Amino acid sequence: MDLVGSGRVESGGRAYAPGRVHGVLLVVEHFWRWYRRNWRATAVSSVLQPLLFLLAFGVGFGSLLAAGPDGGARAAEATGGAPYLVWLAPALLAMSAVQSAAFESTYPVLSGFKWQRIYFAMTATPVSGAQVALGHLTWVGCKMLLTGGIYVVIIALFGGVASAGILGSLLAAVLAGAAVASLITAFAATREDEGTAFNAIFRFVIVPMTLFSGTFFPVDRLPGWAQPVAWISPLWHGTELARAAALGGLAPGGWALVGVHVAYLLVLLAVGVWLAMRLFTRRLAL
Amino acid sequence: MADGPVQARGLRKRFGEFEAVRGIDVDVAQGEVFGFLGPNGAGKSSTMRMIACVSPRSDGTLQVLGLDPDLQGPRIRARIGVVPQQDNLDNELTVRENLEIYGRYFGLSRRHVKARAAELLEFAQLTERADDAVEPLSGGMKRRLTIARSLVNDPELLLLDEPTTGLDPQARHLLWERLYQLKRRGVTQIITTHYMDEAEQLCDRLVVMDGGLIVAEGTPAELIRRWAGREVVELRFLPERRPSVAELEPHVDRVEELPDRVLLYTSDGEAAQSAVHRAGLRPESALVRRSTLEDVFLRLTGRTLVD
Repeated sequence: MDLVGSGRVESGGRAYAPGRVHGVLLVVEHFWRWYRRNWRATAVSSVLQPLLFLLAFGVGFGSLLAAGPDGGARAAEATGGAPYLVWLAPALLAMSAVQSAAFESTYPVLSGFKWQRIYFAMTATPVSGAQVALGHLTWVGCKMLLTGGIYVVIIALFGGVASAGILGSLLAAVLAGAAVASLITAFAATREDEGTAFNAIFRFVIVPMTLFSGTFFPVDRLPGWAQPVAWISPLWHGTELARAAALGGLAPGGWALVGVHVAYLLVLLAVGVWLAMRLFTRRLAL
Repeated sequence: MADGPVQARGLRKRFGEFEAVRGIDVDVAQGEVFGFLGPNGAGKSSTMRMIACVSPRSDGTLQVLGLDPDLQGPRIRARIGVVPQQDNLDNELTVRENLEIYGRYFGLSRRHVKARAAELLEFAQLTERADDAVEPLSGGMKRRLTIARSLVNDPELLLLDEPTTGLDPQARHLLWERLYQLKRRGVTQIITTHYMDEAEQLCDRLVVMDGGLIVAEGTPAELIRRWAGREVVELRFLPERRPSVAELEPHVDRVEELPDRVLLYTSDGEAAQSAVHRAGLRPESALVRRSTLEDVFLRLTGRTLVD
């Protein structure tokens, strides 16, 4: 598959400085080449792990809920009447996007600066540091879309897809993932050590975020004081959007809420992208 | 030399308080191999990164291929090749993929980079390893691949930052031969090194850098003639028998004392050696050799190149 159309230049043999967007796409092409050769290594974390979550919680735990003494009435009240698997599926999509976004933006970024130093190779060409940052983030977005798409198919096979709205969920998941990726990428660009700070990010940010962003149970079941914590979580906003798309039936004022979620994630994304571009430029220009 | 590929006047690079390059003038002529010789920390690499249009200059003027790096960085980078001090190949791609993907960054078509990669594999003698991953290659092979990669865009100017550091002698000689081929094809090259033999072998002209400044400039032969004289006698004495400089000075042009040996600079080494012997001095060992850039550097800075 060609991500960048060839034949852009008639002769194709004369070196020149690619334009703004073209340069970014060339960085994406580089990562795509890498992925074609090395996808097996990442398949486990990006597809198998969400699949296990789906089996354990959606199928296993979900059947327990439905078989409760009340016939699943309380669970149905929490899910707005949807079967637990159907209610969970869009949230798992968002969760796996955010997790893979976080991973792709930590060690691989540090490696580009420090271990393999391929970012320095890229910026010795006409491509700029800002284009490398954007290329990395675009690639992470593409990869989330790709593995998310595969995940949607798997969920559908287990009967977790109620409508085509799940495609909207996929976009919401990618948006939440991109917001997280941009911020963590910017952070990774500041690290000089061996990446010890990343463990703290996973332990104290990503794991709590996946547990308390309304993935497995609605946030309103949390104690009152804990709910505002969920509101700052990009995953919660992504989950709410993904669920709204998959399950439909927006309450009155629902569209306004959708607007708030989208706006919040876009603001995070804009800040993250801006920071990443600046920090990449600074570190690569030494 | 006014229209040479690189012209710098009063070029400076500061990192916070530290000034790595402290105002240098450089003129590189079309088609020549130009060297920056100096110890680690002399400011060579900082200068190279400014010429490579990745590191903005702090002060002074700089023109590369007739353009200003601050304004035309990407356009200049499209026309130069860079061999960095540390290899930065993509270890998880194959040898061939490294060449092809790098070529794409210069806006070259897929078909073109494919054909170009095949040529460069031949040039770097890596055709047999073309479809192997980069990771397990030897240091010499990786270096050859990095040099091949720097040629993918057919550069007018090639920047090599310590191209042979860490290589065994055989790999070094192969690289020197490849660089000589490029010179014959008319590619202007700028090389940094702290190996004086490398500078003598490769460079048409060079500058000696120390502490961010240029301390001497010329062809290797000129520099040696001017600063070192023709021959050197290296004497090693037992510590208790080591004579003072005053005892040796009458027999030669100049004496340089190092911790482990004494160097006598002279136009006739054999004669100086006999004179020392006649004076009743008995070194453990004596070696007559021709002067090198190492001696030039020692004369100019009082220190050796590689400590």
